[in-house]
Amino acid sequence: MSNDGPIQDIGEKHLVVPGTTFRKITEAVSRVTENPAPRGWWIMFLAAVSFTGVLGLAIGYLFFRGVGVWGNNSPVGWAWDITNFVWWVGIGHAGTLISAVLFLFRQKWRTSINRFAEAMTIFAVICALLFPGIHVGRVWHAYYMFPIPNSMSIWPNFKSPLLWDVFAVGTYFTVSTLFWFVGLIPDLATLRDRSVNSVRRMVYGFLSLGWRSSNRHWQNYERAYMILAALSTPLVLSVHSVVSFDFATSVEPGWHTTIFPPYFVAGAIFSGFAMVMTLMLVARVVFKMNDLVTMTHVELMNKIILATGTIVGYAYAMEFFIAWYSGNEYERYVFLNRAFGPYAWAYWTMISCNVISPQLYWFKRLRTNIPLSFVISIFVNIGMWFERFVIIVTSLHRDFIPSSWGYFHPTPVDIAIYMGSLGLFFTLFLLFIRWVPMIAMAELKSVLPEASAHHHAHDDHDHHHAQPAKAE
Amino acid sequence: MADVHNIPLTRVGPEGASPALVLAEYDTPAACMHAAEKVRDAGYTHFDVHTPFPVHGMDKAMGLKDSRLGWIVATMAILGFSAAVGLITWANVISYPFVVGGKPPLSIPAYAPVCFELTVLFSAFGAVFGMLGLNKLPQHNHPIFESDRFRAVTDDKFFVSVECADPKYDESGTRALLESTKPNHIEIVEDNEP
Repeated sequence: MSNDGPIQDIGEKHLVVPGTTFRKITEAVSRVTENPAPRGWWIMFLAAVSFTGVLGLAIGYLFFRGVGVWGNNSPVGWAWDITNFVWWVGIGHAGTLISAVLFLFRQKWRTSINRFAEAMTIFAVICALLFPGIHVGRVWHAYYMFPIPNSMSIWPNFKSPLLWDVFAVGTYFTVSTLFWFVGLIPDLATLRDRSVNSVRRMVYGFLSLGWRSSNRHWQNYERAYMILAALSTPLVLSVHSVVSFDFATSVEPGWHTTIFPPYFVAGAIFSGFAMVMTLMLVARVVFKMNDLVTMTHVELMNKIILATGTIVGYAYAMEFFIAWYSGNEYERYVFLNRAFGPYAWAYWTMISCNVISPQLYWFKRLRTNIPLSFVISIFVNIGMWFERFVIIVTSLHRDFIPSSWGYFHPTPVDIAIYMGSLGLFFTLFLLFIRWVPMIAMAELKSVLPEASAHHHAHDDHDHHHAQPAKAE
Repeated sequence: MADVHNIPLTRVGPEGASPALVLAEYDTPAACMHAAEKVRDAGYTHFDVHTPFPVHGMDKAMGLKDSRLGWIVATMAILGFSAAVGLITWANVISYPFVVGGKPPLSIPAYAPVCFELTVLFSAFGAVFGMLGLNKLPQHNHPIFESDRFRAVTDDKFFVSVECADPKYDESGTRALLESTKPNHIEIVEDNEP
C-alpha cells in the first residue's frame, strides 16, 4: 500500500489530521475498548437492550398465537415483515460497498469507516434474517427452506426466487462475517499486546489466532483480503438483485418490472450510507474520534448519498413512465393509485425523504454541516423504509379482485417487532464499539505518510504546504 | 563498523533453553526494509519481518515468491460451482422432479443465482481458510511471544527475526549482520521448542 500523499491541485486533503502517528492511532482506537464506557454508552445500551427484550416478548407471542397477530391479511399477505426484511438487507449493503467496492477502487478514505460499516452489515443482516424466519408461520419447520435430505424425500424448489434468497442472503451473511473477521485479526492482536489483565490477554489472544504481524503472513493476508473484496463486490450486487426477484418474477402489477434489480441495489446503497452516517456521527461524538473520522469523510459520504438518492429518484420516475408507456391498464392503475390513492401519504413521505431531502447536498455548506447530515440521514432511513412499504403494500392492497380490496393496518405486534429489531441492531452495535476496535488500526496506519518505506521524516517539504484537513 | 556491540542486547525466554531466534527492532519501515534486504543478500532463508501493517515493497526486499492463495481460491470456485450444479440437478431433476409455473425440471436459467452464490461462498471459504492454512494459523505458541518488546509490533515498531534453524545462522555472525543494520535493540529469544 504505497502512499503518494494528497493531490492538492484537485483539492485532495490528508486522510487523517497531519501529525497523526502510529502510536496515536493505536491509542485513540484501543482506549475505547479499555477505558470504562462513557455514560452516553450506558444510556444507549440500556435503551437498546430494553427494545431487544420487547422483541423477544413479541416474537414469543407471535410463535404462541401464530402470524394472525400481525395485520397481514388477504390480499396483503406480505406487509411489515417483508418491508423490514428488505429494509435491513438494504442497510447492510453499504458496509460491503465501503469495505469491498471502495477497496478495489483504491478509495483510501474508506479506512476510517470500513470497520464499523462492516459491523453494521453483519448486524443488519442478522435483523433481516429474523423476518423471513418468523414469517413462515410454523417456525419449527423453518428448516424446509434449506436443501436438507429428509424423511419425506422432498427437496426445495430451486426455480423459486424465495429459495434463491435463502442462498443469496445466507452467502452474504457468511462472506461478510469472514471478511470482517479477517480484517479484525491484526487489530485483535493489538488489543492482545496491550492487555494488562490475563482475561483480556486470553480472549483477544485466542481470537487473534496467534497473529505475529509477520510479512510472510501479510503477503497471504493481503491477497486473501483482495480476493474477498473481489468476491464481495459482485456478491453485494447479486444479493439485492435476488431480493428484487422476489417481487419482479411475480406477475403482480407494480412488481413485475425489469428495472427492479438495479433500482433495489441503488436504494440499498443509499439507505446503507445513510445508516453508516447516523452511526458514524454518534460514535464520533460519544467516543471523540474527530481526528480519525474527519469532515472529509462526512462530505464524501454525503456525495454518495446525493448520487444514489438521485438514481433512486430516477427509478421512481422511470417506473411511472413505463407504467404509462406499457399501455397496461393494471400497471397504470397501480401507479396512479400509489401516488394518489389511500396510501398517497406514504408515497409522498417516500418522495420527500428520498428524492427531495438529499438534493440539499448540492451545496457544499450543507453537506459539511454535521447536524444537517444527521437529520438527513434519519430522513433517508425513514424514506427507504417507506419505499419498501409502498412497493409491497400499495401493490397488494388492491388486487385483481375488487371485492377483496382493503386497507392494511399494522397491529401492536407488528410495531413491537419492528422497534425490537432496531433494539437488537443497536444492542449488537453498541457491544461491538465497546469491545472490538471500531476503526481498522492496521489499515489506517498504512495510509499515513510515515508508512511508506520511501518516506523521510526530514524531507517532507510537500507536507508543509499541504492543506490541513479540517477537523471538527 | 566502529559501533559494533554498541547496540543493546538482551536474552529472553525460559531458563536453560536454547536460542530459537534473534530479533532486531527498528523505528521506521525504511530501516526495517533495508535490514530485510541485507539479511536476504547475506543468503538467509529462515527469517521474517514483522510490521504493524503490510509495508509496500517488503515482499521484494525479503525475496518472497508470489502468494499461492489464488490457486486455492480458483480450485474452491470450481468446486463450489460444481456442487451447486450437482445439488440442483439431483434435487429438482433426478430425485424429486416436479413442474412449477410450466418450467421443465431441467431449467438452466434458474440455476444461475444458486450457482453464483455457492461459487462465491466456496471461494470465500478458500480465501480465508486457505490464507490461514498457508500461514499455519492459528498458532498460539511461538517463541517470538517470549519477547516483551515484541508486543510493540502491533503498535508502532518494526522487527526483523532470524531463526537459529537457518543454515547460515551463527551466533556472532548473525548478530554482527543485524548490528550493521542499526537497530534500536537486539534480543536473543530462547525457547524449549525451537
